[in-house]
Amino acid sequence: MNYLSIKNHQSVPVDTIPESEYHSFLIGNIKLMEGNVDRHCVNYFGMRDGKDIRLFCCVADDSAHTIMLTSCRVDAKSNLESFSALNLNFEKFEREIHENFGISYSNHPWLKPVRYSTSRSDAGSGMMTYPFFGIDSEELHEVGVGPVHAGVIEPGHFRFICNGEQILHLEIQLGYQHRGVEQLFLEKKKLLQRATLAENIAGDSVIGHTTAFSYLWESLAGLEVSDDVLFARTLAQEIERTAIHTGDLSAICTDIAYQLGSSVFGRLRTPVINYFQEWCGNRLSKSLIRPGRTPYPYTEYLAGRLIEVFDAFEPDFDEMIEQTLKLPSVLSRLERTGVLTYQQVLEIGTVGMSARMHSLERDIRTSHPYGLYPLLDHNPIVKHHGDVHSRARIRREEVKQSISYLRSLVTKIPNETHYDPTAISNMPLKPDTFALSMTEGWRGEICHVAITDSRGELALYKIKDPSFHNWLALALSVRNNEISDFPICNKSFDLSYCGHDL
Amino acid sequence: MFENLKIMYHQGKQYIPDVTSVEVPGIFRGRPVITSAPADEVFLRDLCPTNAISLAPFSIDLGKCTFCGECARAFPDKIRFTKEYKISTNIRERLVIREGDINTIEVDSTRVRKEIHSFFGGSLKLRQVSAGGDNSVEWELNACSNVNFDMGRFGIEFVASPRHADGIVITGPITVNMAEALQITYDAIPEPKIIILAGTDAISGGIFLDSPAIDRRFLDTHKPDLYIPGNPVHPLTFINGVLGLIRKRK
Ligand code: SF4
Repeated sequence: MNYLSIKNHQSVPVDTIPESEYHSFLIGNIKLMEGNVDRHCVNYFGMRDGKDIRLFCCVADDSAHTIMLTSCRVDAKSNLESFSALNLNFEKFEREIHENFGISYSNHPWLKPVRYSTSRSDAGSGMMTYPFFGIDSEELHEVGVGPVHAGVIEPGHFRFICNGEQILHLEIQLGYQHRGVEQLFLEKKKLLQRATLAENIAGDSVIGHTTAFSYLWESLAGLEVSDDVLFARTLAQEIERTAIHTGDLSAICTDIAYQLGSSVFGRLRTPVINYFQEWCGNRLSKSLIRPGRTPYPYTEYLAGRLIEVFDAFEPDFDEMIEQTLKLPSVLSRLERTGVLTYQQVLEIGTVGMSARMHSLERDIRTSHPYGLYPLLDHNPIVKHHGDVHSRARIRREEVKQSISYLRSLVTKIPNETHYDPTAISNMPLKPDTFALSMTEGWRGEICHVAITDSRGELALYKIKDPSFHNWLALALSVRNNEISDFPICNKSFDLSYCGHDL
Repeated sequence: MFENLKIMYHQGKQYIPDVTSVEVPGIFRGRPVITSAPADEVFLRDLCPTNAISLAPFSIDLGKCTFCGECARAFPDKIRFTKEYKISTNIRERLVIREGDINTIEVDSTRVRKEIHSFFGGSLKLRQVSAGGDNSVEWELNACSNVNFDMGRFGIEFVASPRHADGIVITGPITVNMAEALQITYDAIPEPKIIILAGTDAISGGIFLDSPAIDRRFLDTHKPDLYIPGNPVHPLTFINGVLGLIRKRK
């Protein structure tokens, strides 16, 4: 099978992506990944093309820093052999293709709805008809939680099958948050509207998603941005990572009833997100990242403030995290809880922290570098036990690492460039072009793909939040744990509902 | 134990003493002020991503505005966002800011249902429902209860069960897939109960308004008691808004 190799943020004419017949498309892609831990599927989706569905598969090679593109044309009524039966990485992607186009698979292990999108082929199905896995047993019982949960969080339904207090199986039903984001990307024509959509994909990953969109749009418009834009994006991404990781450490402490840790990490997050407000007027950094430009120039004053903020933050953070991770009562809740084996991590194809928690160096900042990351010489932080403790320790070290990047970045502030927002907004996009953009958000790999039509209008916009891969990891990690440990397992992954449901 | 005490000592007092008057850091975009300076108003209307700007009279609807700041960047003499975070009200039309309008946005006590003051003046328990919220408003609502903002000192709290709640806080544009769960949760709250819409998406649908995945019919039959604008809402906007609703001004 032929494939086309591209780099992150590259765009290519759609017709240069090789098309193969389904069987060789399937075997070819499986072979590409077989026995190679540096390769995983970053996106696999369908697009209507006349009467057919054209499937596009994007497999990233982390060591070669390339993405291998292939495609295949199938009939919507086909019944296909599934990729997932041979490689579980494709499990969710095939379910999505099934849900959106009605393509059926003869040997998919778990062909269930993904999010009940408005464009689904089976309009008769809905949230209330989700086919949960059930068990016919006198001894076992089921526990249903959600969509509305105890805390102030997003909706999703968790269905546990338990033996007493022990979880045997967890199934997660998502889709409640479906807002039709991908379709709106096509319908909203103004660049500012699309940027607004991008920052609303997941409001806790504003930088990650808006940056992915911006690089993608720039690639399609053939626009090279200057250093001040790259600088702002890189800096903002590491601030976002620091803020959310700190907040997550607070939430983990909350869930094990360690009040001091919960309060201190919670309050430590405040100056970091307030810093975003100082820079761009919004605590969650909405409005900071825009395609083609940077609306809020970075100044020496802001650099000085950043140093002040983190000079105050670091001693408090260090003291608190050190104390937290040495308390026996904390460790006994975190260690060996919510474990995923190395094999499972590989099979699922998890990304971000959920891969790095188990010896897998999956990190777009090194594997498909962009922005100023090449200058930072980034080294992914990796742990080896795949438990809540590993995920907490990754956060601790990533916070420290990000702060060191921030400190080094602000020593060299690039000169400000002048931009004309109106001229940028009116730039045409290349016609009949495919573009792919990945960034490493705090959760992990974010991947956006766009395809334009012959007039240069968006014909497809595809968003993949890291949670799309990682929800299954959560479901499997809680098996054989006590149900009372579910909250910390959940928090330690901290996955996105809206980023998944779109 | 000793270590924990040391940490507490190092942390000192972290709460904001007066959440009604504290100044927020940086360049926060709160209530806008529109002057009579000349500007290309049609350009501004077309610039806005969520149709928050209307002409004749020129105005900005804070229920639709995402506070992106682009209009103020294009015509800084015409539009200026102040740092005023008290922008919640019980009157939807009050969110529309016109030229020369410099009055504070407030809750109109005369139009608050009597039972709200008498039942909830000293304590209010809220059930939050995210119906397509992007987790930014949800995030800020959680921040309201942290040690900095400490909303609990006013007796305002989020609770787990709708049965224990006095009202509902809706975030997000209300998705088709969440509409039924929202209705069920609302129905489970005992009377009297209040409805708060938090954030641009909840108040107007925001950027998602035209999506077929949105179903806002809940709001056709249920009248909100409080609108809290923001994208996301700032914790101080939320706390002051709720206080404005439940406490009668003397
Ligand atoms: S700040 Fe509000 S009114 Fe101005 S352009 Fe942005 S969304 Fe529109």
